[in-house]
Amino acid sequence: MTAPLVLTNLTKRYGATAVVDGVSLSIRAGQCHGLLGPNGAGKTTTLRLALGLIAADAGDIRLLGEPMPAGARRARARVGVVPQTDSLDPDFTVRENLLAYGRYFGLKPAEVEARVPDLLDFAGLAGKADATVPSLSGGMKRRLTLARALINDPDLVVLDEPTTGLDPQARHLVWQGLRRLTARGKTLLLTTHFMDEAERLCDVISIIDRGRIIAEGSPRALIAEHIEPQVVEIFGDTLADWRDCALDYCQRCERAGESLFCYTGDPRPVIAELDRQAGLRYLHRPANLEDVFLKLTGRDLRD
Amino acid sequence: MHFFPVWHRNYLVWRKLAIPAILGNLADPLLYMLGLGYGLGQFLGDIGGVPYLNFLAAGTLAYSVMNSATFETLYSSFSRMHVQKTWDAILNTPLSLTDVLLGEWLWAASKSLLSGLAILAVIWALGLYADFALTLWLLPVIVLTGLCFSGLGLMVNSVAPNYDFFMYYFTLIITPMVLLSGVFYPPDALPGWLAAFAAALPLTHAIELARPLALGHVPSLAWLHGGVLLAYGSAGLAAGLHLTRRRLLR
Repeated sequence: MTAPLVLTNLTKRYGATAVVDGVSLSIRAGQCHGLLGPNGAGKTTTLRLALGLIAADAGDIRLLGEPMPAGARRARARVGVVPQTDSLDPDFTVRENLLAYGRYFGLKPAEVEARVPDLLDFAGLAGKADATVPSLSGGMKRRLTLARALINDPDLVVLDEPTTGLDPQARHLVWQGLRRLTARGKTLLLTTHFMDEAERLCDVISIIDRGRIIAEGSPRALIAEHIEPQVVEIFGDTLADWRDCALDYCQRCERAGESLFCYTGDPRPVIAELDRQAGLRYLHRPANLEDVFLKLTGRDLRD
Repeated sequence: MHFFPVWHRNYLVWRKLAIPAILGNLADPLLYMLGLGYGLGQFLGDIGGVPYLNFLAAGTLAYSVMNSATFETLYSSFSRMHVQKTWDAILNTPLSLTDVLLGEWLWAASKSLLSGLAILAVIWALGLYADFALTLWLLPVIVLTGLCFSGLGLMVNSVAPNYDFFMYYFTLIITPMVLLSGVFYPPDALPGWLAAFAAALPLTHAIELARPLALGHVPSLAWLHGGVLLAYGSAGLAAGLHLTRRRLLR
């Protein structure tokens, strides 16, 4: 089976800035692939290029085997998209939203109508078919958007920050839905800046920053490759005095405001030392994707 | 026919509120026509050998079609494009921006056709015409006028930052047309320089077609007037497409 999406040396400039700067990416069928990056890293632009919505300045795009944007009509017939902002039709009921969206794909109303109960079931919206969109909660709207993206039974589902703005309960429901999609053999491409989301859902993650892919691999592999396995976060009044001794007890330290992050293979020496320091508090945890992300993209704010 | 689902989506939404929409569309021009026609008509007497109300009917028809197409492509299309993100959602499907704008263009023209038909029905009902067969030619005139102002409206929509922006279009373009294009009086009543300006306005050409047809004559230079309407409409649509592409797909 060919890769559902292959990007080769993709570049997109706005003025002098290369928002996407030589991105190459290949997504394997049946996997959930995450694009992880800070705000303005080029995630959404990469998706829009992949969908053939905007033209690249350089590089090659194959979406489901079709060259983009030339083959956009054919390729998008087999893709589902969950956009970042709500674009449901507020004048339509839940069912009418799905029917109208099916028509954009050239699907027959009877065909779509037959699919509606399954889709609503999948989205946890059974019994809501005749509800109006403004009466839905934020989580319900996002799940309806997900159901809408499945109206054409797509081979590839593209999701742009699918859980941004949702509460924990709603996020878990969306995650469940996405896991069931991969279980059904769908390929997912999602952008997120939630590390836990990427770590939970994605088989492969590409970390993207300033338009370039700076690391790629499974969440575990990325952590193993880029970061020491244990982290001790330290804070407290006497931190400034103690800070210079930190490297006696661990391999690598990073300052972030009023706290210190100690990265190490063996946390016992630093913990033993901290237990002797009355003015310091600490939190010990295994390293996670967020540590990798912050190490690779830095701790500066991106707006 | 890729544009059809876009047209159809707008139709289904409209259908939910069809009765108030039709009443709203009909009430305003009808009040103008009957109020001014009967009221002012008392003082004006005949214009060009016909009662003022009969004279006003064709102008009202054209003006009502213009208004309907303009409101739809300004406020409603803007809501769909900018506020509800309906167009963005459609662009993620196999449909293209050309399909979206064609659907919007034809939808606005369809809605304005309905407005025109409503006025035409009143013209027929009140007998404000000379030759029934000639009034049937008002149908293509309504369609052309609707396409013309829908195209222009989509161009204005493509550069609008917010709803307030549309006031410029109404104040600078639509209102002058209502007052100068011959809705209320024959345009040759204007001084030469102003008449020359009025002759460049699309509504003038719609009325140059509609008025003779309502009053029982074959319009002179009909192809020219129709051509001007079509030119304005297609130029507006092409510019709207170009500018909307720059706005949404860059």
